[in-house]
Amino acid sequence: MLNAPHKTGLVFFPAFDWAIDPTHPEREERLLYTQDQVTEEGVFDVPEIIEYKPEIVTPKDIQRAHFCVPDEQAVTTESHLISAGGAKAIANAVMLNEVKNGFALVRPPGHHSMRVTHGGRGFCHINIEAIMVEYIRSQYGVKRIAVIDTDCHHGDGTNDIFWHDPDVLFISLHQDGRTMYPGTGFPSDLGGPNAKGSNLNIPLPPGTSNEGYLYVIENCVLPVIEAFKPDLVVNSAGQDNHYTDPLTNMNFSAQGYARLTSMLKPDIAVLEGGYAIEGALPYVNLGIILAMAGIDYSGVVEPNYDPERLKQSVSITDKIKTTCDQIMTYWDQRYELREAAGEPGQIMTRHREVFYDTDNIFERQKEKVRVCRDCGGSFEVDSKATPGNHILGVHIPINACKACREQGYEFYDRADNTKYQRIYLQDRTTDLYEVKQ
Amino acid sequence: MILGLDVGGTNTDVVFLSQKGVQKYVKVPTQPDNLFKSVLSGFTLILEGVDPACIERVVISTTLTTNAIVQQTVTPVGMIVSAGPGIDPENFRTGEHYYAVGGSINHRGREIEPINEMEIQIVGEKLQKAGIEYVGVVSKFCVRNPSHEILIKRTLNKQFKHIFLGHHVSGNLNFPRRIATTHMNAAVYPLHKEFFQAVKQSLEEMGLTVPIQILKADGGTMTLEASMDFPAQTVLSGPAASIMGAIPYAPDGQDAVVLDIGGTTTDIAFLVDKTPLLEPVGIQRGGYKSLIRSLRTDSKGIGGDSALRVNDEGKLTVGPDRMGPAMAFGGSVPTPTDALVVLGLMEEGDQDQARQGIKSIADQLGMAEKEAAEHIFKICCNIILKKTFEMIDTLNAKPVYTVHDFLEGYKFSPDTILLMGGPARFFAEKIQDMYQLETIAVPYASVANAIGAALARTTCEVTVNADTEQGVVTAHEEDFAEPISKSFSKDDLVETAYSLLKGKAENAGADPDTLNEVEVVEFQEFNIVRNFSPKGKILRTKIQLKPGLIHGYESMLNQQALEN
Repeated sequence: MLNAPHKTGLVFFPAFDWAIDPTHPEREERLLYTQDQVTEEGVFDVPEIIEYKPEIVTPKDIQRAHFCVPDEQAVTTESHLISAGGAKAIANAVMLNEVKNGFALVRPPGHHSMRVTHGGRGFCHINIEAIMVEYIRSQYGVKRIAVIDTDCHHGDGTNDIFWHDPDVLFISLHQDGRTMYPGTGFPSDLGGPNAKGSNLNIPLPPGTSNEGYLYVIENCVLPVIEAFKPDLVVNSAGQDNHYTDPLTNMNFSAQGYARLTSMLKPDIAVLEGGYAIEGALPYVNLGIILAMAGIDYSGVVEPNYDPERLKQSVSITDKIKTTCDQIMTYWDQRYELREAAGEPGQIMTRHREVFYDTDNIFERQKEKVRVCRDCGGSFEVDSKATPGNHILGVHIPINACKACREQGYEFYDRADNTKYQRIYLQDRTTDLYEVKQ
Repeated sequence: MILGLDVGGTNTDVVFLSQKGVQKYVKVPTQPDNLFKSVLSGFTLILEGVDPACIERVVISTTLTTNAIVQQTVTPVGMIVSAGPGIDPENFRTGEHYYAVGGSINHRGREIEPINEMEIQIVGEKLQKAGIEYVGVVSKFCVRNPSHEILIKRTLNKQFKHIFLGHHVSGNLNFPRRIATTHMNAAVYPLHKEFFQAVKQSLEEMGLTVPIQILKADGGTMTLEASMDFPAQTVLSGPAASIMGAIPYAPDGQDAVVLDIGGTTTDIAFLVDKTPLLEPVGIQRGGYKSLIRSLRTDSKGIGGDSALRVNDEGKLTVGPDRMGPAMAFGGSVPTPTDALVVLGLMEEGDQDQARQGIKSIADQLGMAEKEAAEHIFKICCNIILKKTFEMIDTLNAKPVYTVHDFLEGYKFSPDTILLMGGPARFFAEKIQDMYQLETIAVPYASVANAIGAALARTTCEVTVNADTEQGVVTAHEEDFAEPISKSFSKDDLVETAYSLLKGKAENAGADPDTLNEVEVVEFQEFNIVRNFSPKGKILRTKIQLKPGLIHGYESMLNQQALEN
């Protein structure tokens, strides 16, 4: 019989009866072949691998991470609630020490969903990792969390949700935004004025192979994590870096994913993208599960795997090294960058536009944040979407200082009722969520 | 008229049933070293004064294969496994003569790497040199494409007495379990064959010529002939017999728990509308996990003979070990049975011995003798019920894979407890009192297992996969594969499955009356999409003949239950 060195929890929720539409890449059978492979390998029979039933998230769980417009029900289906609930179930198992680590193989994914969500972007409606992270912080009082997003697409949603938060380190490795949806995530995008350097974006050139990914992990991600000293490491484990993925142009393999997982040692991994459902997902998921449980994964190889053919060019290697050096320079200068971003008490304004490709919504945002050296800083976001809604969301961070808390309430109380359909208050200090109509 | 025989650890029970009820029953002590003799003397006694010509059906349940596997007295067999990419097959080694060979099939059933026949021949020679006569062959994803297993068998067929193939074991995926199950089938085959041929011959000599049915772990029966290909399916048919024996007394349309309180252990099982719940994958007990369909049962270390002790904190503990019989029956350690004797519930046994045992416990607990006996009795009921409800929680916490199942998931919630085994009738009233749940001591509780075996009907299942991209519908477990067109539908799939099931059931000796007890256990339908356009469909179904009782006997037993 096969035994594993440590206990690993799995939530497997393939949502076999849910899809955006019948030929969409994020469709019913996305995890079918993974289920076949994992079942045939007898993974669920390893005594140390414990399968959990997903939970279902409540509106309250979602309200810690999002302003859903007009409300949670309007932007979600049961699948979204169960998918996020799968991440929550794994978080509970890990936080209660029932298992050493855990992997939620759930769909639909969530990492393109931002703080304000009017609908679907990049197959995502609500951000399952962010909901999980906020649940962990409220439920278990964990302070510092690192979220490492290894999906091939920039984790712009998670990036947005933790943009102002110095206690959540967010690192996204992704195919260069100039060549790929959603087109964002450049090295100079470092987070809000109070959190510069706690959002790191590492774009990788098309054609990056195992060598490049593992170089970034070893020379950038691990040193940053070591310096940040998180209480918990979460991996947004997107699997579309695979060399057979139809939506991307990378050369990563199942062995690479397993190796990445055993280097990163995430406490919790949550599946994100990955659309080579037949030739990649079964092997990549198996590799990740085995790596998390500490089982030998050297035999997990795609049928057509040829490492020679997937080798990256010298120019790619050089480009990656340069990016890593750049990122490390930013990281080392993070406190200076925060100092330079503004004076405490100052209100900084940011304008941006967000396009929801799945639901064809165009959103304009105007955000105001209080510069603060003591906490993440309260902010308000004025969001106007076409077609549709105009709302204001006010966020008070979980460990807000007194001044920021007061600033948050001032944003909320001062807001013009006649201008917005809804005004939301997300006071994370008291886990309160309020809506004025 | 039916004969049912169940070989238990202590006794071999035989019942003779007519449509009017239990006509006769006998118990003979089981001789663990000579099960054949136990079976024979059981049949000899029951047939005294009975005309063998009136017997229409004989069902046997025995611990033969279970014992052989537990005691590891099975024949050494060779195993050849072809794994392909994934977990190192060395982890699933079954013994000395285990060889991992090349060759690979993927999850869609496509060949990735062929079998190397030279390599197989070399392994074959090694096995022959080691004196191996029986071989198991298992390849990963053979359920999707068995050609590698078939090729290996063809290469080695002449050199061995019997080669068992993994894809015949089950339509379910699970390579490690398939290896274990195929190994078990091969390893118990000579023993099983010899035993049942001897039983068949002896019964013929007694004038019994009807086909013999054998009870399986899933509470169903198969013919003696069918059992030769899958002898390991008889593993753990003992608990299955008991559960089947409780079914006549289970409420219609409701959930019920079956508790079989034995000497050392209590077996716990679940019925939904008189149908027992099955293990999701296969027998999983102790050290082995298999693909053998089995009733969902769990055994807990508490029974009438569990050792009673008072621990350092002054608290009473029950079991989980048994240190011999109750003191009332000559043992040296007090047991729950002694408490029943002291309470005057049980009349058999030595009163004084029992009182002596309970007194020693009472002194340590600082209680009076009767009070202590009552306390022991309550604690026992508490432990059994606590374990039962823990199992129900586990049952209700099982993972789900669709939104529908998540939202509509069936919650098992029992309305009735059915008690079996020796001390059943003493416990029934107490449990009902304590938990306000209707609790029934099953009539003929001491031979209900043999009744269960006698009345069990044939069960079987088939798993059918259709892949319209590859243009084939298969049920490799049944050696079935046919070409299909792109328009093959769900209805076509179910029709194919049903006709395969019918053939399989008839081969296994099913009564045509029970062929309407078919249930679709699983159905899945998926698009195969390439470059954003549909290329075909994958359709999968598993249908089964549910475990249950043959017709014509249940109502009569119910009536007797009322009269008792």
